[in-house]
Amino acid sequence: MKSIIAEQLVKTYDKGKIRALDGLNLDVEEGTVLGVLGPNGAGKTTVVRILSTLLRPDSGAATVAGIDVIKNPEKVREVIGLSGQYAAVDEILTGYDNLVMFGELYHLGKKNAIIRANELLERFSLTDAGKRPIKTYSGGMRRRLDLAASLIVKPKVLFLDEPTTGLDPRGRQEMWGVIQELVKGGVTLLLTTQYLEEADQLADEIAVIDTGKVIARGTSDTLKKQVGGERLEVVVEAAHVAKTLEIVEAISGIKPSFDEGLRQISAPVSTGSQALFEVLKAFDSAGIHALDVGLKRPSLDDVFLSLTGHAAEIKEESK
Amino acid sequence: MSVLSDTAVITQRQLRLLTRVPEVLIFSTIQPVMFVLLFRYVFGGSINTGQPGGYVQLLMPGIFVQTVAFTLAGTASGLAEDMKKGLIDRFRSLPISQSALVVGRTLGDSLLNIVVLLVMGIAGYVVGWRPSSGAGNVALGFLFLLFFGYALSWVGALVGLSASDARVVQNVSFIVTFPLTFLSNAFAPTTGMPRALQYFAEWNPVSTMVAACRQLFGLQNQFGATAGSFPSEHPLTTSFFYIIVIMVIFIPLSLRKYRNSAN
Repeated sequence: MKSIIAEQLVKTYDKGKIRALDGLNLDVEEGTVLGVLGPNGAGKTTVVRILSTLLRPDSGAATVAGIDVIKNPEKVREVIGLSGQYAAVDEILTGYDNLVMFGELYHLGKKNAIIRANELLERFSLTDAGKRPIKTYSGGMRRRLDLAASLIVKPKVLFLDEPTTGLDPRGRQEMWGVIQELVKGGVTLLLTTQYLEEADQLADEIAVIDTGKVIARGTSDTLKKQVGGERLEVVVEAAHVAKTLEIVEAISGIKPSFDEGLRQISAPVSTGSQALFEVLKAFDSAGIHALDVGLKRPSLDDVFLSLTGHAAEIKEESK
Repeated sequence: MSVLSDTAVITQRQLRLLTRVPEVLIFSTIQPVMFVLLFRYVFGGSINTGQPGGYVQLLMPGIFVQTVAFTLAGTASGLAEDMKKGLIDRFRSLPISQSALVVGRTLGDSLLNIVVLLVMGIAGYVVGWRPSSGAGNVALGFLFLLFFGYALSWVGALVGLSASDARVVQNVSFIVTFPLTFLSNAFAPTTGMPRALQYFAEWNPVSTMVAACRQLFGLQNQFGATAGSFPSEHPLTTSFFYIIVIMVIFIPLSLRKYRNSAN
């Protein structure tokens, strides 16, 4: 069953001059994670805002957990959790106060709101920080608290809009860990990101969007295959370069490229780990000591570049 | 009723400000307290009121009205801040009554005024303010002030929800409240003003509120009342009318603005 369906969503701003969404189609299978990947201004936030009832599309249709987003926004709000680009919590209140307040707004009643707040603080390792005002939190802690606030009623569908934008590498790692745990619990998740690595890490499937449309869709693997297969890369000492070029060409069937500075020889291969095995065997019998041998798959950066014709550069966000 | 309980939760959030950031209370009272000292001791000496008890009796109602008028700025910047931080998005994605956030905010800001007015009342007492009309009338005066603050809070809500930037909100609130409080009878007689300003000052809701409070606090001699003009003859009625008109216009406008912030 599909938990999220978006059909032909169009949203324009500035009297039609800016087409934030230009006939966007999406669907997410229940219990899976879809990563919506694209540069700033591609329309990621607009999709999330429409699906989470914050914004009405100019045209098109969408359902979340089977409920029509445009006709029944109140019902949708009961089953979703949203965590945005900004940590949308009250800075002056403590973490605990925030969670209790949101719990009460979800009509849990004071007693249950307190129980749930403590559970969530514990789960996100914020029990001690819970007593402090949010303004004393680090960026990563704020995001975790914000995520906790979106999980108060155990939503069926969760939207995370750029959950790690602006976090340092450590904060990002922590957030990934938290999200991975969450996904094991079976929630349907739509996650937007401009980090290719993040989509690779967290999502079952990836939808690449650019200028308001989905331009490619698939698992990380299929997207990578779409761009091209794996490459065999070896680094050897200068003395062995000539012999190595021969060996690699024999395995690949294509003349390898040679980077003189790195002394790196690489060529596309279609046999995967078999090629790796063959090259090591050949090195062994030729007495070549390889400094580095590896199979490299194209990165999602390569994917984006080949799909859009431009790199995933940062464009001015058009809201 | 979930509308009521949702509103109550938001109002509580507002009131928690007092315990979490007591500075807010200090900053919202320090300015009026400075005005009290300035007018009482610097200008007050040269203003002859012919009033038993002196200038401070006329001054304090003016200060009270000015203080509650700043509720406008408080609500406006609070809501603008919530918009900027994305907090409003979170509230709007919750299954709650969509008006609760704004209604709760205006109520909370008005309840904070109780504390602020209490502090100002004490400050007034210290510098010699002695209302002569009895506890009942004084209480009624304060209730009236709170009511006025509540109405202005809704003007602030519209400003806060419409603004693109918190700094704009500061400026707009200042531009609205500053002339209103000074082009009035709050600190000096309007009779010394040029005719056009005098006209404005008489009809200014701040003036009618100040006059109404003076009346409720037992003063007969109204600052700058031009004999015969309706607002100065009937300050209570006029003020009440203003409050109702402000609420009738700004409550629906603000709520509509909030609902439409979706598009």
